[in-house]
Amino acid sequence: MNLRLLSIAFVVLVIISLSGCKLTQHEQSLFEEMGGHSTITKLTENFVDEISRNQEIFKYFARSDVVRFKQKFSEHICMLSGGPCKYTGDNMVDVHTGMNINEHDFNLGVELLINAMNRSDIPHTTQNKILATLVPHRQDIIYLE
Amino acid sequence: MPRTASNIMIKSLIFLLIFTASFAYGADGKLLGTSGLVQIEGSGGGGLVPWATLSGLDSDSEVSFSPFVSYVSVQDYSLKSYGISGSFYDQLEVSINRHEFEVDALKTELKQDIYGVKYRVYGDIVYSKWPQISVGLMHKKLKTPAIADALGATQTNSGTDFYISAAKVHLGLLAGYNLVWNTTLRASKANELGLLGFGGANNDNYKLNFEATAGVVLRHIAFGVEYRQKPDNLGLNEDDWMDVFISYFPNKHISLTLAYLDLGSIAGSDTQSGYYISIGGQF
Repeated sequence: MNLRLLSIAFVVLVIISLSGCKLTQHEQSLFEEMGGHSTITKLTENFVDEISRNQEIFKYFARSDVVRFKQKFSEHICMLSGGPCKYTGDNMVDVHTGMNINEHDFNLGVELLINAMNRSDIPHTTQNKILATLVPHRQDIIYLE
Repeated sequence: MPRTASNIMIKSLIFLLIFTASFAYGADGKLLGTSGLVQIEGSGGGGLVPWATLSGLDSDSEVSFSPFVSYVSVQDYSLKSYGISGSFYDQLEVSINRHEFEVDALKTELKQDIYGVKYRVYGDIVYSKWPQISVGLMHKKLKTPAIADALGATQTNSGTDFYISAAKVHLGLLAGYNLVWNTTLRASKANELGLLGFGGANNDNYKLNFEATAGVVLRHIAFGVEYRQKPDNLGLNEDDWMDVFISYFPNKHISLTLAYLDLGSIAGSDTQSGYYISIGGQF
């Protein structure tokens, strides 16, 4: 087996998949790929359910208005995934100021979101793309006193 | 697989199970497959290359431990490598590792111990905009200096490697799958990891070596390639190393890796290639 050839083949494969990925993004938004409003509604319900079952994370939501959270969370996911929505909630910094969320709890929150995406039958590849849209917001969520 | 190898695997599996039980409430802060493995010299990384990631799953408020055992078999040699690392608050990694290297032709075994320290300088492999950056060192103590001496190594007792690494995970970049890469620049005088001493007649200065890993993470499986440049201090045509690997993560705490290695010429024996198997735990 020629490893050098194999490595080159691997890199070529990576480049091809990269360009293929770009092409499909033009054809279909992430919002459509995940199944639109109905999937976002399911995801929101499942995420709230995951949070309510987790003592460590639920403490941050103890005084939250659940109906409002569901509405704003749906809008936010819809907008970030390129859907026809406008997020009308407060900015992420204002929402999380005073909670002083540490890395451990942030990671746990991400885990609950992944559980919720699994329960909403969102494919793994779509989950990764959704997480990619959320990643830049971590700095607006953790360690805000 | 030789009997000794399977013995080690069984023992290490039992060890891991006991470990899992005792650390059931340990760190589990990171996304599956994004904190890497433990490389051949005991540092958090791929198979051959140390990464910018630390070995554990710890976040900034946690401590985590990662035992591992690896076995390499090529035509004329085999290597057992095992050790444990602690990673503290996603900031500092400390590792200890033993190499037992069988030279079939001489019916002899070379041993060395490697003490490693790695410090995360910047970023997070998943979350920061720029790649995670770490600096590290590996202090290698050769316990069997006779062969290194016979081959003309300048130092036969110990040597130290210094490295800087950058690593990044691109979520969903490859048709929805995660792409991970790491590059490392290492200053080293080590001959064949240090098993043949440090420096030699051909060169006795620190040389900068380039190392890289690129891989794709499916859900519980990652695969990719690695490259590791090496110095040729002894004038024995020491070659750069390459491998293709596949790793399996049934959960966040255990990983199993298989690789095919192309190690080139080692101490005068040409075209050494073979397999690598590694079991690692993260608690």
